Amino acid sequence: MTHWNDDAVLRIERVTMRFGGLVAVNDLSFNVGRGDITALIGPNGAGKTTVFNCATGFYKPTEGRIVMMRKAGEHFLLERMPDFKISARAGVARTFQNIRLFGGMTLLENLMVAQHNPLMVASNFTVGGLLGIGGFRKAEAEAVDRARYWLDRTSLLDRADDPAADLPYGAQRRLEIARAMCTSPELLCLDEPAAGLNPRESAELNTLLHFIRDEHATSVLLIEHDMSVVMEISDHVIVLDYGEKISDGTPDEVKNDPKVIAAYLGVADDEVDQVEEEVGL
Amino acid sequence: MDYFIQQLINGVTLGSIYGLIAIGYTMVYGIIGMINFAHGDIFMVGAFIALIVVIALGITAATPLLLLILALVLVLVIAMALTAVWGWTVERIAYRPLRGSFRLAPLITAIGASIALQNFVQISQGARNKPLQPLISGNFKLWETVTPEGSFVVQISYMQILIIVTTLALMVGFTMLINKTSLGRAQRACEQDRKMASLLGVNVDRTISLTFVMGAALAAVAGLMFLLYYGVIDFYIGFLAGVKAFTAAVLGGIGSLPGAMLGGLLIGLIETFWSGYFSLEYKDVAAFSILAIVLIFMPEGLLGKPEVEKV
Repeated sequence: MTHWNDDAVLRIERVTMRFGGLVAVNDLSFNVGRGDITALIGPNGAGKTTVFNCATGFYKPTEGRIVMMRKAGEHFLLERMPDFKISARAGVARTFQNIRLFGGMTLLENLMVAQHNPLMVASNFTVGGLLGIGGFRKAEAEAVDRARYWLDRTSLLDRADDPAADLPYGAQRRLEIARAMCTSPELLCLDEPAAGLNPRESAELNTLLHFIRDEHATSVLLIEHDMSVVMEISDHVIVLDYGEKISDGTPDEVKNDPKVIAAYLGVADDEVDQVEEEVGL
Repeated sequence: MDYFIQQLINGVTLGSIYGLIAIGYTMVYGIIGMINFAHGDIFMVGAFIALIVVIALGITAATPLLLLILALVLVLVIAMALTAVWGWTVERIAYRPLRGSFRLAPLITAIGASIALQNFVQISQGARNKPLQPLISGNFKLWETVTPEGSFVVQISYMQILIIVTTLALMVGFTMLINKTSLGRAQRACEQDRKMASLLGVNVDRTISLTFVMGAALAAVAGLMFLLYYGVIDFYIGFLAGVKAFTAAVLGGIGSLPGAMLGGLLIGLIETFWSGYFSLEYKDVAAFSILAIVLIFMPEGLLGKPEVEKV
């Protein structure tokens, strides 16, 4: 059951991230399997978001490397790439814990920005686009089609021309995922996608993520606190605590790992049995 | 009434030139939140490049009309291209290295860049006024009112028509660029959240560079218009025109494109009417006083969006 080591889409190799004297992530290594939904979990302050930030170019890790392996066989060292290339060339897209939509632009425009690079090329760097000549119209139409496809998938199609800021919270979260998918990523990183969603929205999110994994061959790496989401949809779970990996395996393996229970309940390893007994596990 | 219409025509012409420059201020402010104080001098450089090309091509008022039009289009294209390079260079040298630095740093280099451009032109071109013979003369007579005291002719010169039409065409093209093309979308996205745009694959540095390039190209158009309209330029014209255009951008609501155009028109009209009806000497005072009054009651400008402080 360790196929993620044989066919990984992302390899985190001995990554350490220090902020001054604080070690947020310490010598962390793990693999994200191709075609998996991988969950990164851990108590608050465990370093999950720091790992995300390193993988998407937000931070440069102090040590270690992060390798993205695309289907075509190309390898990219993400920690050395400027951030716009991580999306454009390495095929990694991400969302944030707090919503970062372009609030003043319409839903459709939000998704079109995500397709900026192919459109720039198709419009001969704007000259053709301005004159409406060349392959630009076709490319633009295709981009609109793709955007509408994802709006449809996230049940937002009827609001395509509204400003993104007017959407309710749950819909904004879905739009963020739709926008990330419009960059045609091979790896989609989601930072707490279920945060603040009601149970029905949460269930829809699970369906959407399965759809993305199965129909678009996109691997998903997510940070999540909602254990019901994690255990239900993940193929692979990695548990962090104090910047170190304490468990790595299938949801069932992780669920029964005493170290994980200890980390979540805040007790030392040797007290786990006793605590479990007390809480009736 | 006739006098009023005549002043209106003059004011719209002047306002068009201010508006073209103001767009450069407003776009740069929109995307990186700084005032590019060197923009007025980019306009001045554009006027000088235009003058040099006009002289190099040997255009005079005697040139046959068709050839004159072709030559002026060529001047326009060359001036826009070269001035755009200047705009790009200023951004690359003076602003990009300071991105992420404290807010005042690029402001100071902007002032530095402004002084550097002025002095460079002063030294390389000389400090004296550079005159140009009128290339396009002639008027289109709209109507004439005869009164016992004499007659008053309301007219619009061909030059004024050229300026207004060119400005209108550029405004339409520009609005399309911002609203319909991928580059325009990327610019608007960078305006709202540069980091997020970058994570979606938008090359933010290049987008910002292109914004400067576009602003400089429009300033070059304004420079050529100024040169043809007034027939005299010097190394210092960028300062006052820049301050006026900046005022126009703030008046219209900085960050807003239609606002910049509207502000430009208003400043042009205020100036013209004030000098037409009151006194020529106090036209700048009038323009700036109205700016101050508008800002007291509408701090975000006429068409600007109210600033919402992010928490």
